[in-house]
Amino acid sequence: MSILILAEHDGQQLKKAARQTISAAQAWGLPVHLLLVGDNTAAAAASAAQVAGVARVIHVDAPHLAHPLAEDVSAIVVGLARDYKVLVSAHTTFAKNILPRAAALLDVAMVADVIGIKAPNTYARPIYAGSVLATVENSDALQVVTVRATSFDAAVDGGNAEITTLPAPAASGKSRWVSEVRNESDQPDLASAPVVISGGRSLGEQFHQLLTPLAQKLEGAVGATRAAVDAGYAPNDWQVGQTGTIVAPGLYIAAGISGAAQHLAGMKDSKIIVAINHDPDAPIFSVADYGLVADLFEALPALTAAIGK
Amino acid sequence: MKALVAIKRVIDHNIRPRIKPDGSGVETENVKMSINPFDEIAVEEALRLKAQGIVTEIVAVTIGHGHAQDVLRHALAMGADRAILVDSTAQLQPLAVSKILKAVYEREQPQLVLLGKQAIDDDAGQVGQMLAALLDIGQGTFASKLEISGNEAIVTREVDTGSETVALQLPAVITTDLRLNEPRFVKLPNLMMAKKKPIESLTADELGIDTAPHLKVVNLAEPPARKPGIKVNSVAELVEKLRSVGAI
Repeated sequence: MSILILAEHDGQQLKKAARQTISAAQAWGLPVHLLLVGDNTAAAAASAAQVAGVARVIHVDAPHLAHPLAEDVSAIVVGLARDYKVLVSAHTTFAKNILPRAAALLDVAMVADVIGIKAPNTYARPIYAGSVLATVENSDALQVVTVRATSFDAAVDGGNAEITTLPAPAASGKSRWVSEVRNESDQPDLASAPVVISGGRSLGEQFHQLLTPLAQKLEGAVGATRAAVDAGYAPNDWQVGQTGTIVAPGLYIAAGISGAAQHLAGMKDSKIIVAINHDPDAPIFSVADYGLVADLFEALPALTAAIGK
Repeated sequence: MKALVAIKRVIDHNIRPRIKPDGSGVETENVKMSINPFDEIAVEEALRLKAQGIVTEIVAVTIGHGHAQDVLRHALAMGADRAILVDSTAQLQPLAVSKILKAVYEREQPQLVLLGKQAIDDDAGQVGQMLAALLDIGQGTFASKLEISGNEAIVTREVDTGSETVALQLPAVITTDLRLNEPRFVKLPNLMMAKKKPIESLTADELGIDTAPHLKVVNLAEPPARKPGIKVNSVAELVEKLRSVGAI
């Protein structure tokens, strides 16, 4: 028996979260197979076959999979899953959409957002926005799991997996893709950036002006609180927190963020946390390695200037 | 068309959960409980579709025991027409919840099922997708915009790269994200009037659902605390500290 990873890719290569899932999957000690779904996935499959720890890459190609829909991808996953011991993916919006659907079709439970694999059927996962850590045992013969990518190191190249192509079932017809809006920016991917600089609503109209130059100097990504996104200062995919993106960079700078539990849930596993806030009693200081009580509108430009030196 | 809105009663989002001394669960006795905020957004969306004349009847459903009725009263006070309580004392997991909701769906035959994208207690985020799978209908998860056009639901979804719009054949299941709408405040007179609206009670057994758990919670614990940090007095000191640990 083997492990099947539903692996997200960008058409050319695996996303970092998929590489992190590959290293998480080594915990089971079984051969790891990747499933790539899309249109023209040959290049991505060839690239994925080079990743160490991968025994086989299965790719399913069809024009209607260019923008994969949950109804179609779950059918492909279900068609394969019966032959596997574990079905796993990163806990991203891609898999969060597909894997529960596949699990229900297979009549098995799913364990979401796993941060540690303690035994082949026992997992650690945060609940209540990370306020509580649950250890959960899954009795199903087929384990369906999403893992929090940032809890695992990314698998590196060094493999030579066999590549298999499988035909795609016809589109379900229950849904169709209409359009997408990519919040294009030249910043690194938020979930995998080594440095994240996040801002709260108090930055106001100067949100980008204050944070973007600092992020560029540190080659980091800009994140935001829910309130800053709701106020329109930052796009939705910049939201860090329980219901947004979970990050765990080497350095996290929280600027003007009070530190609600829902935000802390998305960043408190960062290696080093810096908090800059004018309110000395802000809860964010309780998780910060370095706290600076200061006026943001002075401190952020000063920090940006100091880092370049 | 009829809309079915599934809601869950959870510890209020402002309350810090306390683990029971034996680690078996989270204390919910004498703790403020509320409707899961994402589910409240689902109720609100149904109400807005009703105001547009698209939805004609809103049925709220929850699964639980005793006080679970409170969230149904909340939905009724917001404007839902009637409610169903599936009475169960069990700790139900997403797959079992989905099977119960499927049975309720089959009784009610709605064209639209709305529910939150996740509950803020177990953060599983599975029920909408599982329900759509069991019903063999389309799903629109993490919805930040919803329009009904003919026999389709046009759903804009919040995804990691931005947003994506899909069109779903009705009936369909929609899971709601934060920015879909801002739920209305419930006024006291509406809460009083909601007491007159009907709540039907069913049990999982009556519906013939196997709710046996697949997952066992072995233990709950506090996450490891971070080491206490230090306060620095200036930007210069901050930069020096970050340099000394190799962070910049």
